[in-house]
Amino acid sequence: MEKKAFIQVQAPLDEAAARSLRSGDRVLLSGTVYTLRDAGHQRLVDLLNQGHNPPFPLEDAVIYYVGPTPATGGRAIGSAGPTTSSRMDPYTPSLIRHGLRGMIGKGHRDLQVIRAMKEYGAVYFAATGGAGALLSKTIVEAELLAWEELGTEALRRLTVRDMPLTVIIDSQGRNLYEDGPRDWRRQHGYLND
Amino acid sequence: MAIREFHTDLLRDAVETMCGPAACDMPRDVSGAMERASRLEDGVNARSVLLELLKNYDIAAAERIPVCQDTGMVVIFLDVGRDLHFVGDPYQAIDEGVRRGYKKAALRMSTVGDPLRRVNTGDNTPALVTTRLVPGDRVTVTFLAKGFGSENMSRLAMLRPADGMEGVRKFVMETAAQAGPNACPPLVIGVGIGGSFDQVALAAKRALSRDTGQPHPDPYYAGFEQSLLEEINRSGVGPQGLGGRTTALSVAIEVLPTHIAALPVACNINCHVARHMREVL
Repeated sequence: MEKKAFIQVQAPLDEAAARSLRSGDRVLLSGTVYTLRDAGHQRLVDLLNQGHNPPFPLEDAVIYYVGPTPATGGRAIGSAGPTTSSRMDPYTPSLIRHGLRGMIGKGHRDLQVIRAMKEYGAVYFAATGGAGALLSKTIVEAELLAWEELGTEALRRLTVRDMPLTVIIDSQGRNLYEDGPRDWRRQHGYLND
Repeated sequence: MAIREFHTDLLRDAVETMCGPAACDMPRDVSGAMERASRLEDGVNARSVLLELLKNYDIAAAERIPVCQDTGMVVIFLDVGRDLHFVGDPYQAIDEGVRRGYKKAALRMSTVGDPLRRVNTGDNTPALVTTRLVPGDRVTVTFLAKGFGSENMSRLAMLRPADGMEGVRKFVMETAAQAGPNACPPLVIGVGIGGSFDQVALAAKRALSRDTGQPHPDPYYAGFEQSLLEEINRSGVGPQGLGGRTTALSVAIEVLPTHIAALPVACNINCHVARHMREVL
């Protein structure tokens, strides 16, 4: 079985770096990412629609779809794995148009998101769902930026070091959720379609 | 017949005590199934994902960090012996146990009090409780901390009797395929067959409380579980949907008598963080 080498990637991420990543790449991400999930997306898009500035620089930003458990024992954060990305699909094309470059989550994205990713040069990573304890070890700092009243859904700035991710959908629209299962079925003679 | 006086503080304390370990210590049946799966897995990215998940279990248990940040809504099946009398309100006792347990173990508060207004209740209450009267004077608490990434991918259908076993098979396959990477495979799948619109969903949920890999006592359904599992694991979805053998760890079926006109089926999806505990009080 082939074992893939990890590619080191730094966040924020510019367009050239995002476009150089390919579906199936294994990545270790370091740098700054922002946490945002359902309620936070609604607030961010409302702000943008009203012509206000976002509470963090969206240009080249990487957003992590996560609602962590509370930090304990002097750690930066509690359990912090990805949540299902498709719930953020309605907001995402607009954020990509405002400069969003990378998203970390898990699960499918819709066609509007993928179209925006291709047009503007953005990349969709998956972190391993249900590996919240392991992933928390790669988050070295967490700072509350806004919307504290949303609790776990508040906006936080994270500093991450060597966070293990997989490129699912790249800026050419290639999708590991389609290619990975199909390749496995082909290898095992289960491919009838 | 003597009636047992049962103080609900006992129930409250039992629930409180289960919250932290449910979140941080994966049950042996689940971690064992994951270990076996990791040895058989031959997908390119799949094996490293399974090893990551096994390592995650170890970190969670050793450092008391929840296995998954979605520490779930608490689902409780309460089997109450009919020869006992509650001193206190058992539902309030359960919610107080959840309130204390989630705070003490620093778990995530993931419950909103109203489905459209969506304000977080701040203490993960209320729990979702289903009560049944059973013989004896004991209380059996079956505790699930159910994550909703997988819950959201669950489905229910009212099939025709003529659809039969083939119709159920097709429905389960479609549901597993649609769940795909969204529900964090490897999946644990609970299937309810029969009953009514409401009861079939509960049967599917109850199936999720069974130990992973424990077959249905009726060989007819045990065989069906096995063939569903094998077919799901030929889909190639694999761990996290990246392609591989381990799409599901187990399929558990619960059946109910039903109407001559009906064949209800429900498929309740759980992820590999299949937190389940049981205690007899």
